[in-house]
Amino acid sequence: MVRPQNEATTSLPGHGLRVALFATCFNDTMWPETPKAVVTVLERLGATVEFPLEQTCCGQMFTNTGYAREALPLVERFADVFSEYDAVVAPSGSCVGSVRHQHATVARGCGRADLADRATAMAGKVYELSELLVDVLGVTDVGATFPHRVTYHPTCHSLRMLRVADKPLRLLREVRGIDLVDLPEAEECCGFGGTFAMKNADTSVAMGSDKARHVRETQAEVLVAGDNSCLAHIGGLLTRQRAGVRVLHLAEVLACTESDVATDAAREVTA
Amino acid sequence: MSGTFIGMPKFPAAAREALGNSQQRRNLRHATHTIRAKRARVVGELDDWEELRRTGAAIKDHVLSHLDRYLAELEESLTRAGATVHWASDADEANRIITSLVRDAGTEEVVKVKSMATQEIGLNEALEEAGIRAWETDLAELIVQLGHDRPSHILVPAIHRNRAEIREIFLSEMGRVGTPPPAGLTSEPHELAEAARVHLREKFLRATVAVSGANFAVAETGTLVVVESEGNGRMCLTLPETLISVVGIEKVVPRLEDLEVFLQLLPRSSTGERMNPYTSTWSGVTPGDGPQQVHVVLLDNGRTDALADRVGRQALRCIRCSACLNVCPVYERVGGHAYGSVYPGPIGAILNPQLRGTTSAVDRSLPYASSLCGACGDVCPVGIEIPELLVHLRTRVVDEQRGGIPSGEELAMKGAAWMFADHRRWEKAQQAAELGGRALGRKERLGRLPGPLSAWSDARDAPTPPAESFRSWWKRERGSR
Repeated sequence: MVRPQNEATTSLPGHGLRVALFATCFNDTMWPETPKAVVTVLERLGATVEFPLEQTCCGQMFTNTGYAREALPLVERFADVFSEYDAVVAPSGSCVGSVRHQHATVARGCGRADLADRATAMAGKVYELSELLVDVLGVTDVGATFPHRVTYHPTCHSLRMLRVADKPLRLLREVRGIDLVDLPEAEECCGFGGTFAMKNADTSVAMGSDKARHVRETQAEVLVAGDNSCLAHIGGLLTRQRAGVRVLHLAEVLACTESDVATDAAREVTA
Repeated sequence: MSGTFIGMPKFPAAAREALGNSQQRRNLRHATHTIRAKRARVVGELDDWEELRRTGAAIKDHVLSHLDRYLAELEESLTRAGATVHWASDADEANRIITSLVRDAGTEEVVKVKSMATQEIGLNEALEEAGIRAWETDLAELIVQLGHDRPSHILVPAIHRNRAEIREIFLSEMGRVGTPPPAGLTSEPHELAEAARVHLREKFLRATVAVSGANFAVAETGTLVVVESEGNGRMCLTLPETLISVVGIEKVVPRLEDLEVFLQLLPRSSTGERMNPYTSTWSGVTPGDGPQQVHVVLLDNGRTDALADRVGRQALRCIRCSACLNVCPVYERVGGHAYGSVYPGPIGAILNPQLRGTTSAVDRSLPYASSLCGACGDVCPVGIEIPELLVHLRTRVVDEQRGGIPSGEELAMKGAAWMFADHRRWEKAQQAAELGGRALGRKERLGRLPGPLSAWSDARDAPTPPAESFRSWWKRERGSR
């Protein structure tokens, strides 16, 4: 969809960028506010966002559980749906990690060298939100306001697959009104791990309860991360403990502006 | 607790039990965090660490792709230097060879240098069946042996024990097999070490046969290398008349100068030291000095099976440093025993299913004993892509099970894949979720879920689906794309 342009929009960092949003199946269904927030932030920065309706899932759950054959059609679908775009953005470190680091491997493992080549070409164009903002648009201040005490958990795949390093933190540090506190042992896994959370539920919960303890030590009211899957796990533990900490995706913090703050306070439900 | 890992339950069941052991949880947390910090410090000192890692990986890969040539060269060099080379295709063959070598030497006891290869083949148990006592001389291995316990870590096999427990073991067990500890032994580390020293000295001075492994075997010169901290290895390698070394065939390196790389990578990754206290090297027999009967048992035991897997073979680069164990959040909480092998942790999760195959429940469960967080791959000194290998082995486990009566998981995965294969089907499923979301109304979180989903909800609330998916919102707000 093309939006009307004027002089103000042409000077924005995202001007001229047409970006496809890969919402991810999980966010699309369970956390629609997160992809909406991506749209809000990118359009505020002047980019044109499209949402190809043929998209479904990156196949990560299948790949990581050992079902490469079931993942293969999804690898192909991803390449079919998104290859026409110069940039694809997803609000998930682990889904982007799967596209960038697993799609070609899955295709090759299933004897599809042609698809592996297409997946490799695709990999360079798919960005996690903080990468698109910092590396492609060159911004760290996205005009957000979020007057809360926040701690940030760097999710494993954003950290160790994508190597986003401190990009999400650089974005958060520019948010007005934020009280950003360090999370102890931040880089340790929360224990979600996809189907690991079910197959090894006891170990997953043992890891998650340590993560939740560290979150509580910060006395933050909001835990922020770039993956709603990890947040569902940590958040599920925190609300079960009635910890009084809510979890929120990075995109939703970045989308929040001064005018949202008043209504946000009225809307939010803490655990 | 028995001394072997035979008949272990699959990982999740063993892990559940281990997670409940609060003493072990504390011991492991303390030990892994201490060694983790030490490693990070000494690795951080080197500007060329990444280059060292890449070089180490390249040397290992080169050897693995020319293993036939280097093993032949190693055999020739060893033989020329006066050693006798034996080839063992599996654990049984290796144990038979070693048992008969010990009998030929006319003794009923051996002293042992800490060795993963001999643990892997269950040598101590095999020797015991033949009436030969094998004395572990590494302090931690001694603790494990005296405690009738199993190793739970590659480098520090008694990591799950604290010093109060070690004192108890020494007081109750040492006197039964040799020099007892002094009366009034406390749990002070220097007292415990002194008790072990006195206990072991008697065995060092009496033994006529030693059994070791080797960290490296140099093809060019026939030199074996043992890297250790306590000096017990040096005693075993120099005092007895006969030395038998069990060496995995992947331990070969081409030239002596290759050690320059590995002797930097190994101590910094394993103990977090710049250099380990004792590095012993020997090339066959030196007349009048050290063991005069030198035997080397080159062990396959599944290694050529691993080598046949183009992706999985990189696990054979492993130099047994255990850095991956020390950073693993799963290992830190569960400990080593749950992995059902002398190789626990991330490396065990990729090595055991390759060396032993995937016929047992525990070996099939090991590739799943990881959250795929990637910490292991980041610290591996020879760049083994452990998370990728875990996924690769999961695929193997699933593919091997295909064709039979499908499991619930397989049916669920196939159903989900069918749904995702067409966005219209996916939309229908989302609409069902939206209906559920509307029915649940304002309820934000679900407490208890039915059936297999209770694995999630036993300890964690679950989110409720929203009344409108993103896709529905987009179509309503923006029309098509």
